[in-house]
Order: sequence, then C-alpha cells, then structure tokens
Amino acid sequence: MGLISILRVAVLALARNKMRSVLTMLGIIIGVAAVICSVAVGAGASSQIQQQIANLGDNMIWVEAGGRSVNGVRTGSKGTKTLLLLDAKAIQQQIPAITNISPHVDTPTQVVYGNQNWYTTVRGVSPEYLAVRRWAVERGSSFFQEDVDHAASVCLLGHTVMENLFGTEDPIGKTIRVRNLPCQVIGILTAKGQSPSGQDQDDFFLMPFTTVQKKIKGIDWLDDIMLSAATPAAIRPIEREITALLRERHHLRADEEDDFNLRHPAEIAQAGAESQRIMTILLASIASVSLIVGGIGIMNIMLVSVTERTREIGLRLAVGAGEMDVQMQFLGEATVLSALGGGVGVGVGILASNVISSTLRWPVLVPWGALVVAVIFSAIVGVFFGYYPAHKAAHLDPIDALRYE
Amino acid sequence: MQDPAHHGVVVEPSVPGSPAIEVRDLHKTYKLGEIQVHALRGISLAVEAGEFVAIMGMSGSGKSTFMNLIGCLDRPTRGTYCLDGRDVSRVSKRDRSRIRNQKIGFVFQGFNLLPRTSALENAELPLLYAGVGRKQRIERASEVLRAVGLAGRERHHPSQLSGGQQQRVAIARALINNPSILLADEPTGNLDSRTSVEIMEIFQRLNQERRLTILLVTHEEDIARYAHRMVTFRDGRVQRDTPVADRSLAARILPTLGAADVEAAEEENHEGA
Ligand SMILES: Nc1ncnc2c1ncn2[C@@H]1O[C@H](COP(=O)(O)OP(=O)(O)OP(=O)(O)O)[C@@H](O)[C@H]1O
Ligand SMILES: [Mg+2]
Repeated sequence: MGLISILRVAVLALARNKMRSVLTMLGIIIGVAAVICSVAVGAGASSQIQQQIANLGDNMIWVEAGGRSVNGVRTGSKGTKTLLLLDAKAIQQQIPAITNISPHVDTPTQVVYGNQNWYTTVRGVSPEYLAVRRWAVERGSSFFQEDVDHAASVCLLGHTVMENLFGTEDPIGKTIRVRNLPCQVIGILTAKGQSPSGQDQDDFFLMPFTTVQKKIKGIDWLDDIMLSAATPAAIRPIEREITALLRERHHLRADEEDDFNLRHPAEIAQAGAESQRIMTILLASIASVSLIVGGIGIMNIMLVSVTERTREIGLRLAVGAGEMDVQMQFLGEATVLSALGGGVGVGVGILASNVISSTLRWPVLVPWGALVVAVIFSAIVGVFFGYYPAHKAAHLDPIDALRYE
Repeated sequence: MQDPAHHGVVVEPSVPGSPAIEVRDLHKTYKLGEIQVHALRGISLAVEAGEFVAIMGMSGSGKSTFMNLIGCLDRPTRGTYCLDGRDVSRVSKRDRSRIRNQKIGFVFQGFNLLPRTSALENAELPLLYAGVGRKQRIERASEVLRAVGLAGRERHHPSQLSGGQQQRVAIARALINNPSILLADEPTGNLDSRTSVEIMEIFQRLNQERRLTILLVTHEEDIARYAHRMVTFRDGRVQRDTPVADRSLAARILPTLGAADVEAAEEENHEGA
C-alpha cells in the first residue's frame, strides 16, 4: 500500500468514530497548546528583559564614589571627595576598550517654570552620557563639550519633568529655574517609561556636569563616572583595569579598601534573564509531560480499537494484507490522530497565548519555529505510542481474529 | 520450447492441466497444553478446476480446519497441498498472504464486512493489498457488484443491506481479484431458505460462466445438492465422496419460490392463514 492509501484508510477509519477521535486528540491538543503557551510566555518575558537590558545602557560600567561597604552596608558617595574629573580623564586615556565615558554628579532639586514646580533630580553629565545610557533627544538638541567648558546654564528635560512643568506648551528655548539658577531648556529626551522595578525612568533632567558642580552643588569632585565597554566581554577586564588605575591614583595601600565601587547593571538583568530562561524550560518540560500523557491516551485508545476491530484485522489478513500493511494502517491512524491533534493544538496555543497577553497584560511572543517543532514532535509521539498497538494488530493470527467474538 | 511460466521467475506458477486442489494425507493437530486435538487425520482429495464441491459432516469433523488449510490461512502438520499444481504446504507467511490475495476468495458465514463502510469499499478491499490504483479499484468493484446483482447499491453500508445482500457484497469481494478458487464456509448459515437459494444461484452461475472452482461447507443436504460432488467428513477423515445425482439448479428453483420482496412474502403468509 502506498502512503496515500495508508493515510486515506487511516482518515476514513478515524472519521467513522469522530467523537472518539476528537477525545483522543484532546490530550495531544492540550499538550501542544500548553507547550506553545509556556514557550510564548517565556519568549515574551525574555524579549522584555532584553529590551530592559538594552535600556540600561550600552555595556555600561558605573564607577561610584565611596567604598563598597562599611560593616557590610554600602555608604554610597556621601562625603567621598576622592573621585575627580582627572580620574575620568585618566580612565579614558589609559583604557582603550572604552567607547564613551561621562562624569556624573547628581542632586535632588526643585525646578520651577512660571507657577509650575516639580521636585526631581538633576544629573550633571558630559554629552557622551546620552550614548552611555542610550538616551536619544526627541526634540531640540543636546549640549556640547563647549557648554561643559563654559559651565553653560542649559538643560535637557526628561519626559516626566517636561510634562509636569510645561503641559502642552513647547518647552524648547524656555527658561526654568533650578534652585536659583535660570536655565535654558534646549532639548527633550525620549521617554523610556517605567523600569522593571516600577521606577519612573524619565523623572530627571540633564545639565553639563561643570554647571551642576559649580553653580548648584558647589563641589569640585564627582559622584560617579559612567562609561561604556566596547563589548560585553570587555566589561570584566575593564573593571579590573579601572580598579588598578584608581587605586594607584588614589594612593591606596594594599590593606586599604577601595574608595569607589564598580557595578554593571546589565549583569543584574542578565541574571534575571537566566532565571527566566530556566523558568521557561521548566514550564515547557511540564507541558511536554502532558504531551506524553496525551500519547499514552492515544496508545490506550489504539489498543481498544485493535481489540474491537479484531475481526476486521482478521478479514484484512485473510484477503491478503501483509503484516506490514496492518502495521502501517494502525500506525497511520495513531500518527494522523496525533499530528492532527498537534495542528489543532498549535491553533489553540496561539489563541490561548493571545488571551493571556490581552487579559494578564503579559508580553507574549509566539516563536514560529516552535509551531513546526510541536507538530513534528506530536507526530513522533503518535508513531511512538502507536507502534505497540499496531504491532499487536499485525501479529494477530488470521483464523483466531476472524473467529473473535 | 518451454513455457516461461515454468522458469520459476513468476511467484506463483500454475501448472496447466493439474487439479486446482490436490491434497495428500493432510494432517492437522492442535496442541492444547498436554492434550493433542487431531482435527484432520489424513485427508486425500483432488478437486479439478471448475468443480463445485460441497463438504459436509458433523460438527467438529474438521471441515473448517480443512478450509483454513486450503485457504492458506494455516499450515498442515503433515501432508502436502498443491494449489494449481504448485506445492504451497510449506511456503512462508508472506507468500501465503500473497496467495490468499491472488488465488483465493473467501466467503464466511458471518459475512465479515467492514462496518460503516460502503459496499463498494468493502468489495475493493483485496485490491488495496494487490496494489491496484484507486480508479481501477472502483471500476472493478462496481463490475463485481453488478455481477452479484447489487448494481445501484454501491454506496450502501452493510447496516443498510439485508443479510442476503451483505453476503453478495462478500461474494463480490471474494471475486474481485479473479481467484482460482472460492472457499465458502457455511455461507448460507445465517440466511433464510429463499436467500440461500439466491446465493446458490450466484455460485452456480459463477461456477459455470467463469469456471470458478468452489468449495462449499454446509450442514444442509439441500444446499449441498447444488454442487457437482459431495464430500463427507467424519473425525478428520473423508467418509464419503460421491457425485451429486439429480443436481439442483437454483436458476430453475428460484422462480417457483415466488416474489422476493417483503410484501409478497407477507401476502403468502396471509394466504396461508
Ligand atoms: N484453534 C484450535 N485449537 C484447538 N482445537 C481446535 C482449533 N480449531 C479447531 N479445533 C478442533 O478441531 C476439531 C475440528 O474443528 P472444525 O472447526 O474444523 O470443525 P467443523 O467441522 O468446522 O465443525 P462445525 O461444523 O461446528 O463448524 C474440533 O474438535 C475443534 O475443537
Ligand atoms: Mg466449521
């Protein structure tokens, strides 16, 4: 018998018992749908995390003034005056694998425009900061090195600050007051929205760090230095080099602790991505178990079917069917059942993923490759679990089978 | 000059002029644990091509066992069986299924049709395993269904057919591959007497028109009288083997039985009452 004949006979036999066929397929349908849902939710979460990592910055390394710990508690930059602009310049000159670097001084402050005021944070940076943090200017323009050199009173507003001070008014060219300093708005940053931890990432504004140092905070040191490594792989070596360089520059003895600390936020998010990936694998494995349960359901029904159709098998053998023909007939039925179940399961899975994404507001991403794999895998389940019943059918004795009551 | 069929290249060569069936000292012993059941104890018999033979005998005398051996569904414990001149008593399982497909037609007491399957698809079943294409299968199935008087019933399922019609579908199925022998084990056992005669009419017609060799197992002397020859089994041996004198001809008897449809039968009943 040719493949077409086998499939035709299988489909006809299944159509004779529609209800049973559908119920048998249900196991596979649910299994495949479950696998697809869990993979889709996993892929959605993972793409969201990747997005967040991209938002954090471009292979960013963050050098913060202040030692890592005092009795296990980080002290932060408060009161540490040792991190200087010269340190930033030295890092830039001596470590080649750095693409961008920006000093950073920040302080909470009130800003006023007309009768609107807003309590926010000012960050004093260099123009490279935008590249390090992957910020883009939505309207207006950035400031330049010249503005840094002159400690110009210009600022770039985060979206939240702009919305609270200006509403619908065009802010470009307007003057706001930062504490007592009049300051011209020259640009607006694009919005990044909420961070994974729920913080508003757009509630700040940027000024040249020289301006913040001299005209707002009245200091001559830096709170932080932020920089980008050329590649993710370069982050670790750069950190080692920075540590060595700064320890030398700050004349720290071997028994003294660092008076700065290094962090790269992407690492934290990467860890999140890793645990999320493990979670997806776990979910998909559990879902796969239900596929196997579905396969056992097929085996069960095929065994019942072989017993029920013993006389049919006897007859087929009597009129000249070979063992192989009978084997292929029942294997064909099992495979058609599970492949069809797999196909329907894919549809149900896609539908369920969309329902999840719209009701739970989870990011969901259906990977198309997974659909093909799901159908093929369920067909394999059919072949695997259909083999034994088919083998049993093929090895019946025709006389006994014909006489079976 | 040699006939190319004798070269052994052809899977099932038939030797012209030899009997359709020739068995010598055929034994079949079943082992049921410690006990041995001697179902056949040395049957020797030859059936010429085109013969119509009835096999009779008491229950348990070995008729069905014999038919299973002739039908290549089973192998004898001892003895030889030549089908169309070729010894098939020791051939492999695979070859036996090929012989069943090509040379033998079966008709059973219980019809053995596939349920929820049309008459056409039931009849074409052997062709499926002969590797015949779909179009040709349908053509030939319609043809044999017409030959057994079922033209127009091709799409009917067994549940929509009477017992006699179902048995005709089974006969059509047995005929479809142009077998050399037709084996019928109590084909009329589930049918009333009129329908039985109808089946005998088909058998006699096929036997005469196609020179089909027929082996018919029956318990009824009346039915056996439609054959050329009557073989009686007893305890796994041939007890009697006699030609049928004064053979019944179904084509003649049928008109005397009256109309076939239900209304006519009911009328008869009323008249009788
Ligand atoms: N598979 C088997 N295993 C054991 N014994 C068997 C088997 N098949 C048949 N027999 C025995 O062989 C003997 C002959 O059986 P068989 O079926 O050939 O009789 P039969 O003539 O066809 O009877 P009936 O007229 O009732 O159909 C019986 O004693 C039966 O019990
Ligand atoms: Mg019998």
